[in-house]
Amino acid sequence: MATFFGEVLSVYSRAVEEDEEELEENEEDAQIRKELEEKRDVHLHWSPEVSESLKSGNKLQCSDFILAVGHNAARFLSVYVLTSSNWDAVGHVSVWNERSRGVTGQSSEESACVFYRRKENPSVLICQLTCYVAEDQQFQWTEKVFDCLQHRELNVTVLSDSSMADYKTADYLCSSSAPFLRSLHTSAFSGQPVCPSLEQPNIVTGLPAAVLSHCQVHRIAAVVYQCYSDVIGPDSVSMETYKPALTRHGKSIQLDPSPSTDILRKFVRPTDIQSNLYI
Amino acid sequence: MFISSQKSPPRFRDFTLVMPAVAVGNVGQLAVDLIVSTLNLSRVGFLHTDCLIPMVGNNPYATCKEDAEELHTSAEVYTAAELKLAVLQIRAPVVQTKSKKFRELLLSWIKESGFSRTVVLSSSHAYQRDDRQLRDTPLRYLITPSLLKVSEDALKELGWREMERAAAFPGVTDANTEPRLSIPGGGISKALYIDSCAEDVPLAVLLIFCSEGDNIPDAFTLVNHLNDWLHLLDNPSQEPHKWKIPTSWTLLFGSGIPPDLY
Repeated sequence: MATFFGEVLSVYSRAVEEDEEELEENEEDAQIRKELEEKRDVHLHWSPEVSESLKSGNKLQCSDFILAVGHNAARFLSVYVLTSSNWDAVGHVSVWNERSRGVTGQSSEESACVFYRRKENPSVLICQLTCYVAEDQQFQWTEKVFDCLQHRELNVTVLSDSSMADYKTADYLCSSSAPFLRSLHTSAFSGQPVCPSLEQPNIVTGLPAAVLSHCQVHRIAAVVYQCYSDVIGPDSVSMETYKPALTRHGKSIQLDPSPSTDILRKFVRPTDIQSNLYI
Repeated sequence: MFISSQKSPPRFRDFTLVMPAVAVGNVGQLAVDLIVSTLNLSRVGFLHTDCLIPMVGNNPYATCKEDAEELHTSAEVYTAAELKLAVLQIRAPVVQTKSKKFRELLLSWIKESGFSRTVVLSSSHAYQRDDRQLRDTPLRYLITPSLLKVSEDALKELGWREMERAAAFPGVTDANTEPRLSIPGGGISKALYIDSCAEDVPLAVLLIFCSEGDNIPDAFTLVNHLNDWLHLLDNPSQEPHKWKIPTSWTLLFGSGIPPDLY
């Protein structure tokens, strides 16, 4: 593209990268590429008890799978659901990509993707995911996790954080309307979503999209509740917005409707000041 | 890769497949949206693959409240059995490292399904045209030998321009450098065309030179061009064809403006 001053700028297309010539790779390059690909593999680690029950092709009995993607969604579950001692950590996923911090091979306590199961009702499974799963890993994450779950009568609920900047609407939305929920559900979902459906032309991307695509294609009842917030860090108001999403789970989840301030304080730290330029 | 959304798998034998390449201006995808929306095609299945970036949304072709809440994914197949037409819509970019795998999956699905011909709607960077390409029409075509055998007369009658081959290094006179095909900004178009020639798949690429911006007029130009050949919309009068814009084509350039900005 030429500008008014005559210089030529290379144009970035929103649709596509320059089509790359597929160069002949020597063996060393191919080996490095293969190692990099393997490093990006998604690894599922279950507790010994669960691994045992998954042996010889068995699947986990699961009636409800709740996935929280993002810090507010994950902390909502920590504050409103997981504070009771009724949950066992049963597994974690390790995934490495360019945005990962720390070393690989994390233990389940440090892992940014943990699975919990209800003690009295092991068919209820919760997953908190706070790390970034890259575009080339989202499909793999979904396939590997859902391969372990039996699909019959499975209900999937996904809680997902999103920024209000990504929400498109003809009428300008001022800050007082945020945070709010919007939903998307698969054809197999027979319930009633607790909030309005996501309007055109908005879409859902990332891991929630990968999970919903999988469920749509495999006819599993699933719903995504996307919370649009105008706050960058974790905040208690955005977390509370998710409450209606789990009310229909009632007894199986045992939501704590009003957690104590101590618990809230524990999970919602004020955003660390990283720079004094913008306080 | 193809998973049917209906009780029995759909039959594609002898159908024409129209599909977009994810390319500059998303023109191919916009053109396919117009086809699905105008002909009111019904979805018959999904292309479920790790080669595309995942995305989901409500029905982009919704006409009323009842069908608005239907979930749609990043790659879906629609058909009109009475027109023997199948349309693949791709709504997300190809994962960078999986371009070759995606082409292989596509070609094997095309061959298995038995499509009589495949038409790829694509686009190319307007700023990279050479002197010949700057003149006249911005539309070009490419056709594999196996499809040329059956469509040669139709193409002659239409008077279309074939995509030119360009020298690899213009100005360098070297007997060894053959003019070669280049579709900058065309995504997988070139590689898909070359693979189809090698595997004897009847395939054509229809492309338009364009730049990023408001590409709706380019989509209309491309879909009318396609219609001249395939006659998807036929009206006996000379009026321009009425393509129906889908409801998802709103707010393409962002949300409403805050009133207190002014």
